[in-house]
Amino acid sequence: MSTNIIMPKLGESVIEGTVTKWLKQEGEQIQEMDALVEINTDKVDTEIPSPASGTLLKIMVPEGATVSAGALLAVIGSPGEVPDNVHSPAMITQVTIPPEAGAATRPVSAVSGSRPLGFISPVVAKLAHENNLDLSQVQGSGEGGRITKKDVLAYLETRQVVNPAPEPAAWETPGDGELFRPPEIQFAGGIPGKLNLTRPVAPPAAGPAPAAALPGDVLKPFSPARKIIAERMSASKHSSPHVTTVMEADLKLVVAHREANKAAFERDGFHLTFSAYFVAACAAAIKAFPDVNSSWSAEGLVLHRPINIGLAVSLGEESLIVPVIKGADGLSLLGIARAINDLAERARSQRLLPDEVHGSTFTITNHGISGSLFATPIINQPNCAILGVGAIQKRPVVIDDAIAIRPMVYLGLTFDHRILDGAIADGFLSKVVEVLENWI
Amino acid sequence: MEISTDMQREMYWNMLLSRRLDERAWALHRQGRIAFHISAIGHEAAQVGAAFALRRGYDWIAPYYRDLAMMVALGFTPRHFMLSLMGKRGEPTSGGRQMPSHFSMRNMNVVSHSAPVATQCVHAAGIGLAIKLHKEDKVVLTSLGEGSTAQGEWYEAVNWAAIHQLPVIFMVENNMYAISEPMEKQMAVKSAAEKACGLGLPGVAVDGTNIFAMYEAVKSAVDLARTGQGPTLIEARMYRMTPHSSDDDDRAYRSRAEVEEHKKLDPMLVGRTAMEQTGVLDEKSLAELETRAKDIIDEAVQYAEKAPYPDVIEGSFPVYAEEVRHG
Amino acid sequence: MAEITLIDALRQAMDEELARDDQVFIMGEDVGVRGGVFRATMGLYEKYGPQRVIDTPLAELSIAGVGIGAALYGMRPICEIQFGDFIYPAINQIVSEAAKMCYRSNGEWTVPLVIRAPYGGGIGGGLYHSQSVEAFFTHVPGLKVVIPSNPYDAKGLLKSAVRDNNPILFFEPKKGYRLIRGEVPEGEYTVPIGPANISRPGTDVSVFTYGMMHYYALQAAEQVAAEGISAEVVDLRTLYPVDRATILASVRKTGKALIVHEDNLTGGYGAEVAATIASDAFPDLDAPVRRLCGPDVPAVPFSHPLQDWFMLDPEKIAGAIRSLARY
Repeated sequence: MSTNIIMPKLGESVIEGTVTKWLKQEGEQIQEMDALVEINTDKVDTEIPSPASGTLLKIMVPEGATVSAGALLAVIGSPGEVPDNVHSPAMITQVTIPPEAGAATRPVSAVSGSRPLGFISPVVAKLAHENNLDLSQVQGSGEGGRITKKDVLAYLETRQVVNPAPEPAAWETPGDGELFRPPEIQFAGGIPGKLNLTRPVAPPAAGPAPAAALPGDVLKPFSPARKIIAERMSASKHSSPHVTTVMEADLKLVVAHREANKAAFERDGFHLTFSAYFVAACAAAIKAFPDVNSSWSAEGLVLHRPINIGLAVSLGEESLIVPVIKGADGLSLLGIARAINDLAERARSQRLLPDEVHGSTFTITNHGISGSLFATPIINQPNCAILGVGAIQKRPVVIDDAIAIRPMVYLGLTFDHRILDGAIADGFLSKVVEVLENWI
Repeated sequence: MEISTDMQREMYWNMLLSRRLDERAWALHRQGRIAFHISAIGHEAAQVGAAFALRRGYDWIAPYYRDLAMMVALGFTPRHFMLSLMGKRGEPTSGGRQMPSHFSMRNMNVVSHSAPVATQCVHAAGIGLAIKLHKEDKVVLTSLGEGSTAQGEWYEAVNWAAIHQLPVIFMVENNMYAISEPMEKQMAVKSAAEKACGLGLPGVAVDGTNIFAMYEAVKSAVDLARTGQGPTLIEARMYRMTPHSSDDDDRAYRSRAEVEEHKKLDPMLVGRTAMEQTGVLDEKSLAELETRAKDIIDEAVQYAEKAPYPDVIEGSFPVYAEEVRHG
Repeated sequence: MAEITLIDALRQAMDEELARDDQVFIMGEDVGVRGGVFRATMGLYEKYGPQRVIDTPLAELSIAGVGIGAALYGMRPICEIQFGDFIYPAINQIVSEAAKMCYRSNGEWTVPLVIRAPYGGGIGGGLYHSQSVEAFFTHVPGLKVVIPSNPYDAKGLLKSAVRDNNPILFFEPKKGYRLIRGEVPEGEYTVPIGPANISRPGTDVSVFTYGMMHYYALQAAEQVAAEGISAEVVDLRTLYPVDRATILASVRKTGKALIVHEDNLTGGYGAEVAATIASDAFPDLDAPVRRLCGPDVPAVPFSHPLQDWFMLDPEKIAGAIRSLARY
């Protein structure tokens, strides 16, 4: 096996060198550490000692020639050997990729109207887009007649009553009731007043023939919310081939961490819930498996840059909401706990904005609060996966061939098999487990 | 002061291992296999002598980047050094975050140091203060080049140690050059030891090429410090036989004749000659030591070249104490 | 609950931490016998003795550096720099050494150190007793920068800082030392380093601020409330690492962000908050992100009218809130 002699980088800023004198000839026998060649750089003149013993098979660079650092100077090997055509080590340069700017809002379409609209701020543009709003209908009370966020919100409220818009999907509707409720924390009981969002429902597509009537049957018409859920669930199942993979996680360190820290969080006025840990673990796992943070499209896989984790909550017959923690990867555990508390607080007082129940790139559903150990949740489109968190239960487990009692939880990841294969899904889920099991 | 034959042989072995390791690093650099090396060639007697005068593992050390031989005498192995030269994962001084020869070894109480010179001296004063507040009998040795005694940091450290009679030994390794600047450009006195009297502590100039003289001088200073009698400034006088580092070309500022002249006082030569004369070492034992050193170093190079680099993720922590990963 | 001043709260925190942990000690100029030039450490020397409250030489670099050394040994020093204006000689130790120690040693060495200093103007101190210096440190990974605005937070945060295992810069608004009073409960409590505090919830404009300016911002919010403007005042408290979640949530709510600090505008800490908001809350913005800061002159002038021109006050802040609310 031959050994390459390369032009060394003799100093931080030295990028090339000149061969001034070969001290050995082709065909000559060399001992390791023998001086082979003299080279000159702008920093230093020196000899290169041979890194190996053998025959100097081939000199690649003649005396007087200047080559870059890393270039092949000569090859040493066994007599008669044909030198391998091995590349000299490439120079590895560190390229810093500046973080991309956050997703830009869509450009504001010039709304045709009877008056110039003035400067449209980002949040006004966003609200207009989300609500299909013709801004020329909105009075501006800001400086110079500018349409402000308050103006838009006020307009939307009045529009609700006067001119109902088509019902948005249940996934995007702020609803009543409790947020993603962790096992021990109960929010104030009762269902707060509903948000005024009654809208006519599009009739569902014709389904299969009705079942044969049996004596004593009672017809219970579906609520608009239930019809939407039904439609959404079917659509999700029909579009994505659903596969669920299940792993379990030992939450001993998470429980310990929470015990040690929740008092400090309480003093600052908010609850440290188990949900925060699951969100943090998913955000970390998504960073390791970015393909999970994506959506299917006909043109190709849409990889989302922000990691927005939705927490799905179902309330029996009523409605489904998915409040979203935006940019979960940029938040510490504390930040996530805060965000969850904040969303909960605002859900309770009906101050959740449309933006806050929209835009998830991954979803978690805590079906465990009702005692379910593990389940096969349905994907919240257009995500490509959903993590179901089961009940946390102390179970006997085997550790180092002894039985220990640990707080265990089953994690069921349902994924869209068009996009992900089992290997990645399992890799992702293993990472979630790893983060939880190694919590510090 | 009697130094047993066994200890003398140990001392020589440590100097030899450091020297051969050092030479190997230069060769690897010239072969393009490592990016940077800063040498202790010429410093071995001073550094190994000092290390042996301490209670290793008990006393504290705040070294600088030229202290390879001292580190070897403290248990820093050729494998450790090769891993750090190549920036491999888990290398013990910094996990690949620092340039090579920025030493740290917690289990031997060697504190991590940086590149701005003399900063370690103030830390040594702080460690000395803590030792004194704890009423313990440990000492702390801090080493630096003679150029570093021009830094304000050094004066403030020595001042503190003198005011509070802290158990600190300031060992100035005067090798006559701070990169290209000779001693006269760094101080107006002829010996760094002379700076001590102005600050109120004893200053001693010692032949840094003589390991026995160094051992004795540091031992005396250690005894003073350990018994609450305060700090000492020791100037070990020697010669820097290589350029400042692998990035330096010393032909720009000193003659080859000067370098050749000083090679006659190579501490390896001085030590070997003395120990051959007293029969502590002979041709056979020297040959055995050379073979042993070469084998260890060869293995270390192979080991380190095969070892993996850190994962990119390791670049982002530990910024704060809470991010330190244990186990 | 007792109502005490900011300086009393700081002294209580130090007193309690000295009592709780014998590794905690105080060092700085005039902190011992004199009790500190602002009386921040009054009575502590008498109570705990010269080994726990140490009068240092007039040398800021070594106040920090010796503190670092003691922290490396396992102690928990509280280092006082007499005025933030005098912290610059210590920057080498703080930035090159303390901030980087944990990272560069791959977690082997940590520096549990607090450096406290009074900052800010409005007390007739001129250029060298009035500076805001936080911006030099909020740029350095490995450090934490904390600025309390009221007695409750000052006591709780200083206690947390002493117990934190990282180097912490703790800047105290000196104008508020005796001016700002507040209730502090009996018994043990801490305030966590990290979270910001929404001291006054509101819906129209978010005001992000800290230190003396927070005190003024509350007054400004009260003023504009009478005019029907609901300002949300957020006391950042920990500037680095900052509580992004609270900042972004507040902007999401109000759509309008005003950042207020005493330090001069360009390159001041507010620029970082503004950049964060612009980059991460862009779709929530209903108005440009504004900063209300000191003018870009080297420091606070002495002559009264010039000082008043430089310093912000409730009226100036109210004006900025009004203007943004109207946008």
